[in-house]
Amino acid sequence: MKEKIISIIKAHGTDTARLMDILLRVQAEFGYVSTEAVSIMATMLHISEVDVVQTLSFYHFFTTDAVGKYAVYMNNSLVSCMMGMKEVVDEFEKQAGIKFGSKTPDGLIGLYYTACIGMNDQEPAALINGIVFTELNREKVRNIVADMKAGKSVNDMVAVIGDGINANPLMKSMVKNNIRKSGPVILADYTLGIGIAKALTTDSKSVIKEVKDSNLRGRGGAGFPTGMKWDFCSRETGVHYVLCNADEGEPGTFKDRVLLTERAYMVFEGMTIGGYAIGAAEGILYLRNEYTYMKAYLENVLNDMRTKNFLGNNILGKGFNFDIRIQMGAGAYVCGEESALIESSEGKRGEPRNRPPFPVQKGYKGKPTIVNNVETFCSVVRISEKGASWYNAIGTSESAGTKLLSISGDCKLPGVYEIAWGMSINEMLEMVGAENVQTVQVAGPSGICLPPKQFDRKIALEDLPTGGSMIVIGQHRDLLKDVVLNFMEFFADESCGSCVTCRSFNMILRNAIEKIVDGHGIKKDVENMLAWSEILRKTTRCGLGQTSSNPISTTIKNFRELYDARVKDVDYQSDFDMQKSVLASCEAVGRSSVVHE
Amino acid sequence: MSETIKFTIDGKECQGTKGQLLVDAAADNGVYIPVLCHMRDLIPAGSCRICTVKVNGRNMAACTTPAEEGMAVENNTPEFLDIRKAIVEMLFVEGNHFCPACEKSGNCDLQALGYKYQMMVPRFPYAFERREIDATTPKIFLERNRCIFCKRCVRVIKDEEGRNIFAFKGRGNTLEINIDRKLAATMTDEIAQKAMDICPVGCILKKEIGFVNPIGQRKYDTMPIGSDIENNHQ
Repeated sequence: MKEKIISIIKAHGTDTARLMDILLRVQAEFGYVSTEAVSIMATMLHISEVDVVQTLSFYHFFTTDAVGKYAVYMNNSLVSCMMGMKEVVDEFEKQAGIKFGSKTPDGLIGLYYTACIGMNDQEPAALINGIVFTELNREKVRNIVADMKAGKSVNDMVAVIGDGINANPLMKSMVKNNIRKSGPVILADYTLGIGIAKALTTDSKSVIKEVKDSNLRGRGGAGFPTGMKWDFCSRETGVHYVLCNADEGEPGTFKDRVLLTERAYMVFEGMTIGGYAIGAAEGILYLRNEYTYMKAYLENVLNDMRTKNFLGNNILGKGFNFDIRIQMGAGAYVCGEESALIESSEGKRGEPRNRPPFPVQKGYKGKPTIVNNVETFCSVVRISEKGASWYNAIGTSESAGTKLLSISGDCKLPGVYEIAWGMSINEMLEMVGAENVQTVQVAGPSGICLPPKQFDRKIALEDLPTGGSMIVIGQHRDLLKDVVLNFMEFFADESCGSCVTCRSFNMILRNAIEKIVDGHGIKKDVENMLAWSEILRKTTRCGLGQTSSNPISTTIKNFRELYDARVKDVDYQSDFDMQKSVLASCEAVGRSSVVHE
Repeated sequence: MSETIKFTIDGKECQGTKGQLLVDAAADNGVYIPVLCHMRDLIPAGSCRICTVKVNGRNMAACTTPAEEGMAVENNTPEFLDIRKAIVEMLFVEGNHFCPACEKSGNCDLQALGYKYQMMVPRFPYAFERREIDATTPKIFLERNRCIFCKRCVRVIKDEEGRNIFAFKGRGNTLEINIDRKLAATMTDEIAQKAMDICPVGCILKKEIGFVNPIGQRKYDTMPIGSDIENNHQ
């Protein structure tokens, strides 16, 4: 083990900034990161052991115990639950003979939960040793576990292959694209090189001006003007970096997964145009760990682009040098926040930075950096190709261009849709074949829970902004229990914890909604939750905390009657549940308890 | 040359140096903005959020915001007094704080802020978290029940070669402060004392010595927290 670990560290230049990659390699090699491994890393990198542990312990997919020869990471986010996760979990537990959160005594199978893995249109889905398994049901689970017991390799368990590039020998995945609607910008026919060739015939200032004139705004959700970001960054001196945010972690989004599958060349071409615009020679694609199955294919795309001189030195003979590396994440939603993503790329905990300075001033390795979303870079390619005014004519006056939506939940046609900004929710629901809709969760858990009376509102940055996650929730769902509690558990798990209010309030709010769901809530609890959400929003450092109370605050605002029906109009009610508290001991001794009210 | 700037806090005219952190600039003008994680001249952590103020209508942490010409800062407004009280209450329910039995009682910033904001019963339910105490290193007790994750020890205490002796472990509600056993074994008495002194609560305690100053004669027993700043400029 020792020699192997030493060689992994050396292969990464014995560089502390590559600690993420070192840990990923060790985890992949041994199935966990041992105390001995930590010690070797600390010695060789000349940092303390607690420094190694602080990164190691931050990410969901790093473990200090062996996860099992076959490690199942079951998605327990909302839509997976809606599509029947409970049955799948039950079958896994039955077949493996263990509960989730543990592994079989022989170390063969480990069962764990994980947050949304970007497969909302084909749930329930799970990762098994990094390979994606979609649309699981009891029968499939029985076959999978039988294969495990027979010692079959995980790749060989994939029986049916998905469409498009998913079938590429380097990907060979069962994932489906489910592209339901193509638009003129992103999913229209694409030929590599037109955008970059055009950009390289002008100077970098003209490229930035074109992007500015297009009124393109960030596609990750925040909607910051891309051209302005590039302009700020280009004004700084010294080395610059381009980062592409492919840490698509907002539950319900999966459009970047489809873009990286079907438009990988376009993403990298967009990054290259970005590099030319701001004067960078190096780009990094930060790819979420859940998408590891794409890595070999993406590396191959990069190599192909190098061969064709779209990357590397003297690109297209124009004297511009630029190359891209892939940085894998290790499972942390907060890394989708741009400064946390930078920290993570530097091998550290994904804790958001304080601002100022902003990444455009001091980003990756302290140098001026642009961080843009996958879809943003794709848009840039088309803007370069067709011009700002062509692009600007699409969409609304304040939201130019098209938007990819990842639509899932209670609808007939879940999948990826490229729409022009300005579509109403009603039109969207008709498009996806959704009926008897209770609510649409716009922009994922951090967005808003929209009531039917507002379905005439428009999907646009000036009305309903979204990074693309749209979850349709039918009338038959228990909104507070199925949706709000699930979302709050997600935020409580994913808070980085470094700022007090986000760490603490998300737990407090999670417990508060659970109290109401369990039937112990009182009227005052609802008022408290609103007030506490407000304090969280006002005091927290990054976007996670500023939006994480939205599941509660927007449902109280839009679905107050659901709360009122569940709470009692008394001054005090304990959240202590005697029956629940003695349940485990009753089971252990085989008796049932009698509680007198 | 550092540029002098003018700004106001709750209407009071203040002067400072451009780029100086707002919390420090305020203190230089006799205005106390409460802090738990901040220490002057140290890279700000921005983690305790208790210094949140409103700058030109936007909520900002005073410990990470540089002072700028013409800023209008709201500090001691009813809104922020309540938010600060809420944060203190939150820290009390999140950890397990038993002041009467704590060696830092009277020297504890959290306790002093509890008095300042007249905390009675926390509005939030107690978490009753189980936290491990680490007494394995020669000089230090790590009393994690009292940790408020200010990162002061992480930022300040290093070994001779600049390596971290303290670091975070985990995230979110599994977050804890971690001590490097190998490096902690090399700590001098001075460094151990420094670690205890910079800890704003009673999480880092130096072994073998305690209650040198009796309760009643400690820092905040005679004057409320922040009064040194406020009294200097009257």
